[in-house]
Amino acid sequence: MEELNNIDNSLLSEISDIEKILDGAYNIRKNGKGIQRKSSKNIEIKPKEDGTGIDIIVKENTKFEFVHIPVIITESGIKDIVYNDFYIGKNSKVIIVAGCGIHNDHHKDSEHNGIHRFYLEEGANVKYIEKHYGEGDGEGKRILNPVTEVYLKEGSSLEMETAQIKGVDSTIRTTKGELQSNTNLVITEKIMTHGSQTAKTLFEVNLNGENASTHVKSRSVATENSNQEFASKVYGNSKCFGHVECDAIIKDKAKVLAIPEISANNIDANLIHEAAIGKIAGEQLIKLMTLGLNEKEAEEQIIKGFLK
Amino acid sequence: MLELKDISFVRNNKKILNKINLTIEDNQLIVITGPNGSGKSTLSKIIMGIENPDEGEIIFNGENITELTIDERAKKGISFAFQQPVKFKGITVYDLIKLSAGKEIKKMEACNTLSKVGLCAKEYIDREVNNSLSGGELKRIEIALATVRKSKLTIFDEPEAGIDLWSFNNLIKVFEELREQEESILIISHQERILNIADKIVLIKNGKIEQIAENKEEIIGSTGQAICCKLKKEEA
Repeated sequence: MEELNNIDNSLLSEISDIEKILDGAYNIRKNGKGIQRKSSKNIEIKPKEDGTGIDIIVKENTKFEFVHIPVIITESGIKDIVYNDFYIGKNSKVIIVAGCGIHNDHHKDSEHNGIHRFYLEEGANVKYIEKHYGEGDGEGKRILNPVTEVYLKEGSSLEMETAQIKGVDSTIRTTKGELQSNTNLVITEKIMTHGSQTAKTLFEVNLNGENASTHVKSRSVATENSNQEFASKVYGNSKCFGHVECDAIIKDKAKVLAIPEISANNIDANLIHEAAIGKIAGEQLIKLMTLGLNEKEAEEQIIKGFLK
Repeated sequence: MLELKDISFVRNNKKILNKINLTIEDNQLIVITGPNGSGKSTLSKIIMGIENPDEGEIIFNGENITELTIDERAKKGISFAFQQPVKFKGITVYDLIKLSAGKEIKKMEACNTLSKVGLCAKEYIDREVNNSLSGGELKRIEIALATVRKSKLTIFDEPEAGIDLWSFNNLIKVFEELREQEESILIISHQERILNIADKIVLIKNGKIEQIAENKEEIIGSTGQAICCKLKKEEA
């Protein structure tokens, strides 16, 4: 088992709470290899036979247990692809924390593509938290392309919180959901881009079963010369409910493109899409300035609140 | 404590304010009233620095603040409660109370502030100041924010707008409490009960000070039907 050094610990603390990691079941992956792993009584983590990733198997009726699967990349020039499959047993209730931290001080690009698939059995409930972070002074780019696929069986639900606030040069985030009856998928995304970073988000949710519902909420801030794209597709194939909200603040010369697509294929499908893009409202700045904040501090507070 | 000297403000070739001269003394409660469009709100915004006058000077505690920014004036002790409170996505009532106080304050203390404006503190303290709050709720939060600032001069732009009768009694108490803390208060209002508690009532019409009086009867008596009807209507 490889020990963690200072950079490793610092990266891990940006994407996760190190104390909590060691508390439950976990797998720490560094520079393309699993370096520490622990299963628990109810949660088994095992490497795939073909070596492409890990399977996480949660027993039926497991209640309130944590799974941490952080990834860190500290070597420049690495292109890491990993497949992590989660099998969540009936009526289980678990919290899964994933994330990737890249430290790149050199000129070569570092890239991590994590493909996470969630298979939830009847009545299972998952909270999935994912955080992406990049740091380092090198010219090499920090690239993250996470893919999340969610398969919800009758009566199950998954809530996903994903955040990328700093240091990632290029990202394409793809999330897909297939929902059976009486299921619920909630996705909250927070993104902030600087410099010439690019971030692209693709959501596709199929509401197949009766009373399937989804709520996708994206909040993003694009600054300087960065570019963001948000494309969401929600297909209502039964009596279902879908709500997509895309809310973006733009600054400087940044650009944001929102492409909504909602498709009702059933008379009882009820789908809503809301998208709003704009700079910080002048009246918000003025209000905070009347409380004694200067313009820069006011702007910081507004963005902090927006991405909270 | 505040002296406005020959304040004029022109927009689209229209003189919104025309050589306004006004003095507010320490611990005084002044109400500015007048018909819609007479320039009252513009004058209050000029004092806060939200608008800049085309002519004239603003002297605050002996210092010329005409060129100061909004936040610089706020730091010197001027506060402003907006007629239409501003909404924020993600910022909670508690966040705003802390920002307004300019320091970390305990949740209990923040809750007391909300209770004073008639809001059940537990229900509101962690809510976002967004569209989920009604106009009346936002307004009461706005008033609460002004009370935690501990300013030397607090300006309220139509504080009664959107406030129900029950909250209105609390509103009067808020003004009284601010006066006990030796703050000066400037209120833009048409409401008779607010005129009743004023030390000085300033009537503005067509961008000019038409009259300064010590009680509302003088104002009603001298300005004819328009203001009189407005006040009577609100009284009813």
